[in-house]
Amino acid sequence: MKSLGNIRREFAPWNKPDAKPYIQFKDVTKRFGDFTAVNNLSLSIYEREFFALLGASGCGKSTLLRMLAGFEEPTSGQILLDGQDLRGIPPYRRPVNMMFQSYALFPHMTVEQNIAFGLKQDGMPKAEIDQRVADMLKLVKLGQFAKRKPHQLSGGQRQRVALARAVAKRPKVLLLDEPLGALDKKLREETQFELMDLQQTLGLTFVVVTHDQEEAMTMADRIAILDKGEVMQVATPAEVYEAPGSRFVADFVGNINMFEGKVADRDGTGATIASANGVTIRTANAGDAAAGSEVAFAIRPEKIKVSSKKPESGDNVMEGEIYDIAYLGDMTIFHVQLGNGQVVKASSLNATRATEDPLSWDDKAWISFRNDAGVVLTR
Amino acid sequence: MNSSWSRFNITAIVLGFAFLYLPIVLLVIFSFNESKLVTVWGGFSTKWYVSLFNNQGLMDAAWVTIRVGLISATMATVLGTLAALALTRYTRFRGRVLFSGMVFAPLVMPEVITGLSLLLLFVAVGLDRGFFTLTLAHITFSMCFVAVVVQSRLVTFDRSLEEAAMDLGAPPVKTFFQITLPVILPAIISGWMLAFTLSIDDLVISSFTSGPGATTLPMKIYSQVRLGVTPEINAACTILIAIVAVGVIAASLVNKRREVQRLRDEQAAQRG
Repeated sequence: MKSLGNIRREFAPWNKPDAKPYIQFKDVTKRFGDFTAVNNLSLSIYEREFFALLGASGCGKSTLLRMLAGFEEPTSGQILLDGQDLRGIPPYRRPVNMMFQSYALFPHMTVEQNIAFGLKQDGMPKAEIDQRVADMLKLVKLGQFAKRKPHQLSGGQRQRVALARAVAKRPKVLLLDEPLGALDKKLREETQFELMDLQQTLGLTFVVVTHDQEEAMTMADRIAILDKGEVMQVATPAEVYEAPGSRFVADFVGNINMFEGKVADRDGTGATIASANGVTIRTANAGDAAAGSEVAFAIRPEKIKVSSKKPESGDNVMEGEIYDIAYLGDMTIFHVQLGNGQVVKASSLNATRATEDPLSWDDKAWISFRNDAGVVLTR
Repeated sequence: MNSSWSRFNITAIVLGFAFLYLPIVLLVIFSFNESKLVTVWGGFSTKWYVSLFNNQGLMDAAWVTIRVGLISATMATVLGTLAALALTRYTRFRGRVLFSGMVFAPLVMPEVITGLSLLLLFVAVGLDRGFFTLTLAHITFSMCFVAVVVQSRLVTFDRSLEEAAMDLGAPPVKTFFQITLPVILPAIISGWMLAFTLSIDDLVISSFTSGPGATTLPMKIYSQVRLGVTPEINAACTILIAIVAVGVIAASLVNKRREVQRLRDEQAAQRG
């Protein structure tokens, strides 16, 4: 049997020019009165993809999902599913199913009846329904809870029932609205992996809406980062993190240090950047930033090394003072104040129990990073 | 907190309950009076109950009351539920505030005015007053009570339940009957019970809108009392009180038991 990792590694239809998108948003706009929830958005999702829509509340991610489910119609633009225009098709005739944030379990029905509800609507024979319900209960490991009502279940169990009910009809696409939002942290982490396994087992296309970037990074093949109804970037989790396309994405996903400035000089692929507050940075990859243009140099905290002595060599070395320390157990985050007043965050993994180079508040410190550690952002 | 039985507490409770229930207790006691005189105790007897059931006038009135109550409560429940649905669901139509105000106005409208205006309407359109107009009038005033009860339930109703049903393939009408209706049914039932209770004890509006052959029990009792209270009336009232009390107690017990069971289940589920 192929391991999950192998399947995932080979899976990248978005890089194949001849691959046909399964779900397509074409110039979709949705307005509620004066408020524009989704603004001229285009997006392609591929078959069997685990796709995440990530954004803060009010960014339009739920509206996108609701338009796909059929609860809202786009004000303009087109949504295609497997080549078919979805306009005018009511939710009860769409081959997609949704798992609701509130789970929306029917309170007057047992777990079994909840799962069977969708199958009954299709007029499936009773014996087949029973078989499918039993399969679903087994899949989510809730066999002994079949006769219970939703209010007799814990939060995690309810989540599983909601999931079983949504996949029972074997939809072409499963939509998940904040699927793990109501669970506590530990359960959430377990469930993330269960969801990924389930998606591979059933071979479905998943579209998940979340505001939790960790959740999106863990589960999704690709992430679309949304802001004010527009797509900021669509990329794999690693690309989003290591090669953010804009200041917004860089700032939204994870922690980052930003140096606003100008490109002082370009040489080949690299550049020298002079920040507005007097720091000069050497970077090996400056993309298409033209000399003299306004850019931001962005670097993640874990790519900055902090030491008490000046490093002997390094592309970028700066002197500063320890301003604040946050000890998190697995790592320590240092806030280092540079000579120009800017505070830079640097994190170091606590790989050993005792630190060889102990640093304390107000100590003089040096930060250094390689010339390929950061990215230059033009937008 | 000091919850002991202080003298003040006891006095307050006794006075309060006496104020509320003394008249009713007297009425019940005197319904078992042997004597024909209402205020003089002549020994225990159930003969007034027997004579009550032989009093054709009272029995006819009781039958009218029950029929009007059943029909009007049912119609009022249907209309009131529809009004509540419209008011909670279609929040953006023009004149919604006016409409909701108009639905609830009869709650505070003096009964005399409601009764008189209905009478004028029936006369104007040439409807002969009787069982039909009486029932119409009862539907009119009780439907707003149903609307209030059902609306308060609908406000907390999770719309995503309906969306989930539609998402799973149920068209809107099926969704309503399979999901919405069962979930709000307890509120609809209590709305029906409220409407029924209001109907069987209404006197003022009934007096305006009823006609020959459609005398309700309260009207009958009221007219008989003007000729002097008989122990028979006491007996009739006692039966009415018993019916209402049993209904109210049963309803609240059922509700309470369901609530307790639900809480217990939820706690059990939390424990895992």
